[in-house]
Amino acid sequence: MKTIYMDNNATTRVAPEVLETMLPFLTDLYGNPSSAYSFGGRVARNIRESREQASALLGASPEEIIFTSCGSESDNTAIMSALNTGKDKAHIVTTRVEHPAVKVLCNELVKRGCRVTEVPVDRKGELDMDRYKESLTSDTAIVSIMWANNETGVIFPVEEAAQLARSRGILFHTDAVQAVGKIPIDLQQSAIDMLSISGHKLHAPKGIGVLYVRKGTKFSPFLIGGHQERGRRGGTENTASIIGLGKACELAADRMDEENTRVKSLRDRLERELLNRIPHSRVNGGGAPRLPNTTNISFEFVEGEAILLRMDEFGICASSGSACTSGSLQPSHVLRAMGVPFTMAHGSVRLSLSVYNTDEEVDEVIDKLPPIIEKLRAFSPFWKPEGQACASGT
Amino acid sequence: MWEYTDKVKEHFLNPRNAGEVKDANAVGEVGSMACGDALKLTLKVGDNGKIEDAKFQTFGCASAIASASALTEMLKGKSLQEAERITNQDIADYLGGLPKEKMHCSVLGRQALESALSNYRGEAPKEQEGKIVCECFGVTDREIEKAIRENNLTSVEEVTNYTKAGGGCESCHDAIRELIARVRQEEAPAKRPKLTNIQKIRMIEETLEREIRPSLQQDGGDIELVDVIGNRVLVASRGACAVCKASELTLTHFVEAKLREMVWPELVVEEVPK
Repeated sequence: MKTIYMDNNATTRVAPEVLETMLPFLTDLYGNPSSAYSFGGRVARNIRESREQASALLGASPEEIIFTSCGSESDNTAIMSALNTGKDKAHIVTTRVEHPAVKVLCNELVKRGCRVTEVPVDRKGELDMDRYKESLTSDTAIVSIMWANNETGVIFPVEEAAQLARSRGILFHTDAVQAVGKIPIDLQQSAIDMLSISGHKLHAPKGIGVLYVRKGTKFSPFLIGGHQERGRRGGTENTASIIGLGKACELAADRMDEENTRVKSLRDRLERELLNRIPHSRVNGGGAPRLPNTTNISFEFVEGEAILLRMDEFGICASSGSACTSGSLQPSHVLRAMGVPFTMAHGSVRLSLSVYNTDEEVDEVIDKLPPIIEKLRAFSPFWKPEGQACASGT
Repeated sequence: MWEYTDKVKEHFLNPRNAGEVKDANAVGEVGSMACGDALKLTLKVGDNGKIEDAKFQTFGCASAIASASALTEMLKGKSLQEAERITNQDIADYLGGLPKEKMHCSVLGRQALESALSNYRGEAPKEQEGKIVCECFGVTDREIEKAIRENNLTSVEEVTNYTKAGGGCESCHDAIRELIARVRQEEAPAKRPKLTNIQKIRMIEETLEREIRPSLQQDGGDIELVDVIGNRVLVASRGACAVCKASELTLTHFVEAKLREMVWPELVVEEVPK
């Protein structure tokens, strides 16, 4: 059975071009870039190129790029650095819908005595900018707001938010893991001080990330050790993955147009057809600016895990914000923050596309998903056929 | 991804007995869409007291659907007495086991069965027994105690896996710990020699006469012992108690607490209609 992969906000396939550039560094070119001899020195040169590729995608300079092990490490590094360098400031401003890499860290920091303000979002998933402005204080060490939400694809006005932080002398970090490669980013023209990227969301392998730190920003390393990354992140370089990430950044710049045209039209058709064919369904975050590749649809009266496992029978890969798939007993914190009723949140399915998806795959999902929902609804105690007034089920 | 057995997957993909029994005479409904799973069980009990047909409707994940499907298969052809003895563990065993985090799906099945059987016996649907401990999922102390007892649970995490209680905001974890401690304590003296049924009934009667009826009578109410089945004490309220909305509270809290203290720690008081 062919796999139809529509879970690209979870992870992506490694681009064949990326793998190709990496392979020599897993075989012949195993030198340590810190070594004195040319066998290591040439690897250092390749890493330098990779740093240039990454900085080009972001509109940054190469020396502002720190290679890390993942998006979570980048997020942790940014926030901890701001606290460590921010004198006695102990207030963090973030949002209710952050990725766990930021959200859970902030919960932990509360236990250690920090104060955290989580700015709410409205029903469309958009950030409450008034509340955001009010939350900034003279004690605020850092603002950390994601550029685009991983579950709904909703895009936040981070550049505006960064300006507001800068005008008050507050550091601004953004988790841009989902945004990079889909939204044009020019950090030279922005007030963003720190930005996180994850390789595996960008067709590079897992285990590699980037933290951008604006030149002149006070910085304190998270991983302490050798002089690598100019003393900002200890540990021997993950050379093959760094090389792969550089290539992935170059590809992402080339494919940004395709993401916003062809991929977007695939997503739009998928979304439109599913809504047409499946009554009592709605798009979460549909009224807000969104990433071109993501749709998050709730199907009322059915539960997400059941939908996913039936899709799995056809090789279709997707995610859900239901409790059963989150590994906890409550549905997604993002959908709850948006005020999506539990009854809708439990039946949510996220489909996230990439440049590797095709028209045929979209056809297949449009063909397979409606009967799955219909079958599950047929034995749901809350579903009344003919789509008439449905049991409230609260 | 959850590790489901082949049997769970098979029952999920090809559920048996999905739907509603048209001329059902026993209906049980538990759970809610807000909580993430709900189950409606419809049974047709024949004149001979055997379950002739069983169907289910489920809103829930794969293991909730599989548990409901399994339960209906287990019920068909069983007498009511046999059906009453099916536990949540039996449902899980039938499916070759469930992931521990998913045991609450089997508990949902057992609860729907209890609800259907009491519906068949013509008992009014029990509104809610005990007091809510977990606000997030609306789980009562009675339900938690029952799960602790029947499945020998020892930690908050296990209680969450079986009842969902404590799986939300976690503010009830201390209360759950106390319930676990209470049940454990009750079980220690339970090792004392068992009472015979006659002894038990006699002690219940004596306690009612001496400790309970006088206080109820002071308020113009009264209570009558109807039957004792195992640890279930069936009583009927009389006088002011019979028309008083608070009487169920009185029964569960006052009468039961007294009987548990004086007679047997596992007694459950149930009110039967006059």
